[in-house]
Amino acid sequence: MSLLEIKNLTAKLADEDKQILNGLNLTVEKGQVAAIMGPNGSGKSTLSYVLAGREDYDVTDGEALLDGENILELAPDERAAKGLFLAFQYPIEIPGVGQMTFLKAAINAQRKKNGLGEISTPEFIKLVNGKAKELGISQDMLRRSVNVGFSGGEKKRNEILQMSLLAPKLAILDETDSGLDIDALKIVADGVNAMRSPDRAFVVITHYQRLLDYIRPDVVHVMAGGQIVKSGGPELALELEANGYADIVGKAA
Amino acid sequence: MPAVQETVEQVRSIDVDQYKYGFTTDVEMELAPKGLSEDIVRYISAKKGEPEWMLEWRLDAYRRWLTLREPEWARVHYPKIDFQDLYYYAAPKSNPAPKSLDEIDPAILETYKKLGIPLREQEVLAGVAPENRIAVDAVFDSVSVATTFKDELAKAGVIFCSISEALREHPELVKQYIGSVVPTTDNFYATLNSAVFSDGSFVYVPPGVRCPMELSTYFRINEKNTGQFERTLIIADKGSYVSYLEGCTAPMRDENQLHAAVVELVALEDAEIKYSTVQNWYPGDSEGRGGIYNFVTKRGDCRGARSKISWTQVETGSAITWKYPSCILRGDDSQGEFYSIAVSNGAQQVDSGTKMIHLGKNTRSRIISKGISAGKSQNTYRGLVSAHRRATNAKNFTNCDSLLIGNKCGAHTVPYIESKTASAVFEHEATTSKVSEDQMFYCMQRGLTQEEAIALIVNGFVKDVLQQLPMEFMVEAQKLIAISLEGSVG
Repeated sequence: MSLLEIKNLTAKLADEDKQILNGLNLTVEKGQVAAIMGPNGSGKSTLSYVLAGREDYDVTDGEALLDGENILELAPDERAAKGLFLAFQYPIEIPGVGQMTFLKAAINAQRKKNGLGEISTPEFIKLVNGKAKELGISQDMLRRSVNVGFSGGEKKRNEILQMSLLAPKLAILDETDSGLDIDALKIVADGVNAMRSPDRAFVVITHYQRLLDYIRPDVVHVMAGGQIVKSGGPELALELEANGYADIVGKAA
Repeated sequence: MPAVQETVEQVRSIDVDQYKYGFTTDVEMELAPKGLSEDIVRYISAKKGEPEWMLEWRLDAYRRWLTLREPEWARVHYPKIDFQDLYYYAAPKSNPAPKSLDEIDPAILETYKKLGIPLREQEVLAGVAPENRIAVDAVFDSVSVATTFKDELAKAGVIFCSISEALREHPELVKQYIGSVVPTTDNFYATLNSAVFSDGSFVYVPPGVRCPMELSTYFRINEKNTGQFERTLIIADKGSYVSYLEGCTAPMRDENQLHAAVVELVALEDAEIKYSTVQNWYPGDSEGRGGIYNFVTKRGDCRGARSKISWTQVETGSAITWKYPSCILRGDDSQGEFYSIAVSNGAQQVDSGTKMIHLGKNTRSRIISKGISAGKSQNTYRGLVSAHRRATNAKNFTNCDSLLIGNKCGAHTVPYIESKTASAVFEHEATTSKVSEDQMFYCMQRGLTQEEAIALIVNGFVKDVLQQLPMEFMVEAQKLIAISLEGSVG
């Protein structure tokens, strides 16, 4: 069974009529890193939001199976507990809520839904400190409020920290490379690569080949007009880098 | 984050419209005849066995009240109150002045137990470290039914009793201080309170004494159509310290009930009073039926040099809240503080804030106000910071933040700043923000339920103020805030 199977997914913004996803089909296997590339406005971010369950979108047709179960009817927190993680393109600030408080609340909320007891404080602190060190996240950053006063790079690293603590089955990275300098990009890529495993899959949404130099995809999908219009191996990304989208998108249209 | 988890479990266990303390206690009550007149004032004074001067004081206030008009400047709306349609005195019939707990109607003891306020000292003592003990004065409708740990407090010289008892046992202290901070002529509700107040707490801390435990009064309105008019007087003599906490609940009733209290604090030289309130009167249902009208006058007088008064309030209840705990900074180098969390949901209306009146030199004040509005509620911060001509080098820092949940509620900030001295430094910061869908989605994507997400975000918003509460009440207040906001989204 595939880890993620999206069939004929059709969706629109809740308060507009315009369809953004138009019968999209996509399969992601366990252990895979799937890159999704495509021009602006092709629906890449919408796909990530619809999968994560953001309220602003209405699914008008189709289904998305995670481990064989349609998740489109579930609340966002239930999807999270089933192992779906979204690394946000623009991580959100939560003033007054300490990072450690937030991380622990998230871990425990998911553990609870999965029938596990709360993580003990020493275990939690050990876990966070270990992962934070790997990602170059300072103790000072852990003491601050969630994403408040973080630089663009710090915010993205913080997303990867959350991902590694929550250890999802399927991680969607929405333009995690945007706004990162080359050093930060390497740290983020190392964080992702360290988590690659036969049981876990990544959907990496990006505009640029650059990120894929560091996170080697198994498969590359090109999205345009709310559909996957072409799929191929890593070489497809290089081809896009060289020739742009016009060729492929033009043919599909 | 156990507090959030606990909050959520508590929220789950109740329905949106279910107020946890909404039960009534079935005890036979003695009521004064309905309505208000000089005879009623005399009746209350006689019931309490008060000295003649006290009766005269009340009658003066009553006559004054007849000439006053209800204030209408607050941003709250409600039908006119018929002051003749209320009972002004209600006491449990069995024994209005019990000498020991054994004389108290068991139904009343059970009520406090249900509210989580143990009145038997041995129950309080079980498993509690001495420094964490709290002495409680329990006020049921118009009378104080029990005060705990009186003997132990007496050893330290601290007087903690009901104001009725203080009038009998320490009339000279009461006479010296009552009305000296909130005069009988102060305002419509304070004047009414002066005429008809039935009970409340009295605290006197002698010079140089640090009160050995937290003091607390727990107010409960039970009887129908009854107004509660309690009067609290706290005096911290030179160099003393006391921390005091007030809690309140009421049954769920369809009609509105009036609560018009007066609290007076006096801090002499080098004394410090910390006064915390967790106000959870019945707020009415989501349509705005029923609930308490909470029209309260609270004021502290930093009478001595280097004295300090600190107000902390967590306001989640009442249909209408009208209260402005204030500080008169009379003594040179005195300090006033006001930390407030006001949560409104459903159809609640809050108009609350503070006054910091700088009279002495080098006086300092600090105001941190966090208003949270949800549902269809309206939440107003109204505050005055003023410096008298003589108040050279007065300093104030004010921070007013409002948080909106949903799009049918309102937040309003009305600050008044008056300075008559060029050397005063007053700072005012204010923000209004919304719990955004982005924040909710972000938290939920990490696994938190909607309730957990709201509790987390709101607790972050109010953190600065919660930290001012005594430790035991911080967790309690956190839970209360989450419960009050249940049903505010979605």
